[in-house]
Amino acid sequence: MTAAFDEAVLRGVVPQVIAVLVRRGADFAAAEDAVQDALVEALRSWPDDPPRDPKGWLVTVAWRRFVDAVRSETARQRRESAVEVEPDPGPAAQRDDTLQVFFLCAHPALTPTSAVALTLRAVGGLTTRQVAEAFLVPEATMAQRISRAKRTIAGEPFDRPGDLATVRRVLYLVFNEGYGGDVDLAAEAIRLARELAALARDPETDGLLALMLLHHARRAARTRADGTLVPLAEQDRSLWDTDAVAEGVRLLQAALARERRGEYQLQAAIAALHADAASAPETDWVQVVQWYDELLALTGSPVVRLNRAVAVGEADGARSGLAALAEVDPALPRHRAAAAYLHERNGDLALAARLYAEAADLATSQPERVHLIRQAARLNGAG
Amino acid sequence: MPKYLILKHYRGVPAGTVNDHPMEEWTPEEVDAHMAFMDAFGKRLEADGEFVDAQALAPQGTFVRANDEGTGPVTDGPFAETKDLIAGWYVVDVDGWDRAVALASELSLAPGKGGRPIHEWLEVRPFYGAPCHED
Repeated sequence: MTAAFDEAVLRGVVPQVIAVLVRRGADFAAAEDAVQDALVEALRSWPDDPPRDPKGWLVTVAWRRFVDAVRSETARQRRESAVEVEPDPGPAAQRDDTLQVFFLCAHPALTPTSAVALTLRAVGGLTTRQVAEAFLVPEATMAQRISRAKRTIAGEPFDRPGDLATVRRVLYLVFNEGYGGDVDLAAEAIRLARELAALARDPETDGLLALMLLHHARRAARTRADGTLVPLAEQDRSLWDTDAVAEGVRLLQAALARERRGEYQLQAAIAALHADAASAPETDWVQVVQWYDELLALTGSPVVRLNRAVAVGEADGARSGLAALAEVDPALPRHRAAAAYLHERNGDLALAARLYAEAADLATSQPERVHLIRQAARLNGAG
Repeated sequence: MPKYLILKHYRGVPAGTVNDHPMEEWTPEEVDAHMAFMDAFGKRLEADGEFVDAQALAPQGTFVRANDEGTGPVTDGPFAETKDLIAGWYVVDVDGWDRAVALASELSLAPGKGGRPIHEWLEVRPFYGAPCHED
């Protein structure tokens, strides 16, 4: 970036600018379109000519776009008279406004795919092209997806409290979509979660941010230069980002102290125990299992039950792990991979090799598939 | 957000389950109706923000492999009647597996001879996604 301005600052004010237009009488869909136009214009002209007041500039340009759009649609007197210039809201209103944009973009009527796209554009301040590149779809497809999402929530009031849990789920989806383009979605999800945490001030949102930071801290250690996966137990822990770990742990401790636990706090607690251990064998597996017990009681999730079985295998030995795994739905995608691992630890190498090979066929990503095939090959070679 | 390939085959699908007459035996109007259906399907995918790609393949082609002697590629063509033959595909980016199957099922109802649905077999295959962050 040779730009004389910080793109993150520009993107950070996008939801506030949308809210200003809405407060002045624009409907959300039209306001969001107008601000997107202004954003694209800003990305083009600011590097050479940065404005003194970025937000003011965006409001002015977006508002002009909006009024032009209204006029060109049909020069109906009635619509124009509804559009009157109002003073900008004060700081308190601004805070709530950004939260409202979060809520609208993660409205329960939207599918996860739509909510993710709309959130990245209207809250994240990404251009349609950036969102399309991030998900490896044509720009026209992404534009349609966003338009449809806005039609779905047309007429939703801007001031109604929304559902924080849905917003958190949407951000976690963004975090877990590691695809292409020049936008790092994991970093973007962290940025948005940080913003949401500041606005929401609730422990579970802090827990989500902590979980993201703790996972993200391991990123450099998770893959080799050739893209192959490095399992947690084999990762070079000196590559973990200690600042991110420290921030995640600090956030988590403060959140847990407030005694309103949720699934993201509990997952973060497990991630923190991994981060705490200087090496895999030093992990406090007994405590990991205790957190999984709590997580299972809270969610009843089959995936949690599966991960818990693996942790039991570490805490109490492979045989106990296999007993715990017997309680888990074998249709789960990673069931065979877990079974292979536990059978190997139990000394049943031929069975483990066969299960690794079967697990490879069920993998949902190419790096995971290659990793499982190599595990099978390793055991077959040792036989 | 997962992507799926919806694969069309010229042949190689179970017999007797399909309104399976070669297109040259249809009336021109039936061909037009089929093409209009396919066009509308593609446009709807685009409008719904689910479209990634659509391609049709010419049936003429060949299999190629290198042999041990290094005396140039070995080709195997034209196709034997029994071989599977890919006709083309859609790539969609949708909420999940169920939606991909529903779309393939819509495509299967494209009109054919006599204006009746073909009930064609479509193959649905997931793309690999991103590895998860939890390891």
